[in-house]
Amino acid sequence: MASTPSLPLLKDELDIVIPTIRNLDFLEMWRPFFEKYHLIIVQDGDPTKVIKVPEGFDYELYNRNDINRILGPKASCISFKDSACRCFGYMVSKKKYIYTIDDDCFVAKDPTGKDINALEQHIKNLLSPSSPFFFNTLYDPYREGADFVRGYPFSLREGVPTAVSHGLWLNIPDYDAPTQLVKPLERNTRYVDAVMTIPKGTLFPMCGMNLAFNREIIGPAMYFGLMGDGQPIGRYDDMWAGWCIKVICDHLGLGVKTGLPYIWHSKASNPFVNLKKEYKGIYWQEELIPFFQSATLPKDCTTVQKCYIELSKQVKAKLGKVDDYFIKLADAMVTWIEAWDELNPSAEKSTELPNGAAAK
Amino acid sequence: MRTPPSLLSLTIDKAVIHLSHISDLSHLPDHILLDLFLRTLKAGKLNEKVLKLFVATGKDEVLLLIRALNIKHILTPVLPTNFNLAWAIRLRTFERNTCCFWTPNKLLDLDIVLPICKMSQEYIKNSEVDIVIGALQADLSSFLNEWRSIISRFHLIIVQDPDLKEELNIPEGFDLNVYTKSDIDRIVGSFGSTFFSGYSCRYFGYLISRKKYIISIDDDCFPAKDNMGNSIDAVAQHITNLTTPATPFFFNTLYDPFREGADFVRGYPFSLRSGVTSAMSCGLWLNLADYDAPTQALKSQLRNSRYVDAVITVPARALMPISGINIAFDREAMGPTLFPALKLSREGNFRWETMEDIWSGMCAKAVCDHLGLGVKSGLPYVWRKERGSAIDSLRKEWEGVKLMEEVVPFFQSVRLPQTATTAEDCVVEIAKTVKEQLGRVDPVFSRAAEAMVEWVKLWKKIGSGSSPGI
Repeated sequence: MASTPSLPLLKDELDIVIPTIRNLDFLEMWRPFFEKYHLIIVQDGDPTKVIKVPEGFDYELYNRNDINRILGPKASCISFKDSACRCFGYMVSKKKYIYTIDDDCFVAKDPTGKDINALEQHIKNLLSPSSPFFFNTLYDPYREGADFVRGYPFSLREGVPTAVSHGLWLNIPDYDAPTQLVKPLERNTRYVDAVMTIPKGTLFPMCGMNLAFNREIIGPAMYFGLMGDGQPIGRYDDMWAGWCIKVICDHLGLGVKTGLPYIWHSKASNPFVNLKKEYKGIYWQEELIPFFQSATLPKDCTTVQKCYIELSKQVKAKLGKVDDYFIKLADAMVTWIEAWDELNPSAEKSTELPNGAAAK
Repeated sequence: MRTPPSLLSLTIDKAVIHLSHISDLSHLPDHILLDLFLRTLKAGKLNEKVLKLFVATGKDEVLLLIRALNIKHILTPVLPTNFNLAWAIRLRTFERNTCCFWTPNKLLDLDIVLPICKMSQEYIKNSEVDIVIGALQADLSSFLNEWRSIISRFHLIIVQDPDLKEELNIPEGFDLNVYTKSDIDRIVGSFGSTFFSGYSCRYFGYLISRKKYIISIDDDCFPAKDNMGNSIDAVAQHITNLTTPATPFFFNTLYDPFREGADFVRGYPFSLRSGVTSAMSCGLWLNLADYDAPTQALKSQLRNSRYVDAVITVPARALMPISGINIAFDREAMGPTLFPALKLSREGNFRWETMEDIWSGMCAKAVCDHLGLGVKSGLPYVWRKERGSAIDSLRKEWEGVKLMEEVVPFFQSVRLPQTATTAEDCVVEIAKTVKEQLGRVDPVFSRAAEAMVEWVKLWKKIGSGSSPGI
């Protein structure tokens, strides 16, 4: 049966990664929830600009110069002038868990008016199992006040480890440019009190605004691609990472949850600018989705890195035909893994996982 | 217990049903006219003719309402739209609540704002719905009275559990047909006595109905209230679920994109945004949730008080337990798919002691996945009253629980041939595979397979055609 684990705060096991080009005033609102945690700030854009971090936070900050210095030639895989650069933060972190949030995301309130501790909910999500092999109609069976419904096979009730916790947004929803253009006034006011596991074999659009993951079991796959300056595409960094990690999680028998917690997304980016960035993506997406839906990984891919390298080969072979960009991207994926392994040489903490649970 | 509806209310309800025969509304007092208009709208009976009727009365309040809701006569679209790639979007910055059609080809032509005023949601006629109730208890008065304001405008099919000996107590004021053991025996013979007992008696109702949509709710469930304390019209929600598209091929993180205030999120492929037909709507339960006996026995105090304000399309190829307690489906699309073929030897009269809907639901999901139909889960909620004892039910053999373990790997791998293009074909194919693969594991599966084949034959004979086989 489902049981609620007691909650360790994980304060020494979790890093909060924030990409920014402006200031970090938004942290003031998050202070009661974030103050105990270590922050990794990845400064995008002009490295000569000084980013002010509010007093009292324990952080390390990396700008483009730092990225170039640390990675050398491999720095080419890290995007410039795009929030995709945040994945550098995942790479340099030494912690087991990562929470990443955008600097225009604030504390939301639940329907009772209480402030939502998003980080706490993400931690709950990550520390309780997922159930990707069979959909539970009462959503997360491990939540207080819920359980598996009649007909749910007992052999599947233990669940699998949760790799990713994908949170949602109140106020400005994460719409693409066309939708933003026709519905500029739409706001997400619906608080859906659920966490659910995305079933195995199903892809989803992963938004990087309010995202947490177990770095140890999925970190190397969280590469946010080549976006921004000098690239033909933008605003698909988190999407790309999401499709890759879902294929890999499905292969390795790991779970991805979505739903709570909500944050308050305050800033709507300019839809015309977004349209220019997304334009190619909207069309390429039609090729990308069938690619990911049919991607299979061989049995001998038992680590995340092996899975990712294999995926990069398939990207090169199949998507290279769509555009040369994907050949560049496939190379960058390999560079990313090389850089990851260089910065994270640990042999004792193996990312090796049994290939699939019994019910596969 | 709520007070029974007034004579006036019942009269207005009847008027809504017979609107097509009325030619003049101008003699009605204002307040009654307004009430009639609102109920007509709610019942989905506002077509062009009826709208003209209301407009012709010249009454201010009704005209004001028509303008406020921006109800207009339907115009023919100016742009040829490819309906596979188009979806209707409400433009709030342009004309208030004007709908326009949008195709990816026209991505950058944002000056296409057409005064197309087709409502983005299909309104269906009351006459397209049957509400099927399996009566496992004789006194249906409190059940029917509690549901009255929600279901009285629909036709009801009440099937009495053949094992229930007492006569049913049914209150007045409903348009219904009652079927008893003798009807079942007469129409389907011994097949009925094997399969249509206990909770499964409702499937007889599915067989003889001729409506497009069926909604079925257990007789120990009552209307629930949402988080704001508003009464939930479960029937209207089921109808909405069935008449808006489903999105099984890609998960939308903001849940149902066709709901007011929601949409497809960034990263959702445009080619998948028109969705597919929704064939099933699986509702949920507040208070006594549909847990199995071990779970409820272990957590005897566990009651579901969490109202999750979402409707979700269950992704293609994802397996799920489809509970029969609060369910609706498109009978035309599903045909004979829902059928309690898996008969436990000691099936009981409490949901904890049955698996019929679970088996039936697994087949239904496989059929929907194959035919490209959608299955939704989530709203509406019903309030499920306390009944029975989970601990007592534990004493019965958990045959069903053990069988599920065999069933899951089977459904995970079942693939239907391309030649199966109808629900009937699919059921026959599943039956074949069940017999081949699961038959050797346990004879109960062979029997289930045979029953499914028999059922399809029966469906073709009695379940199809223009007149119900009464």
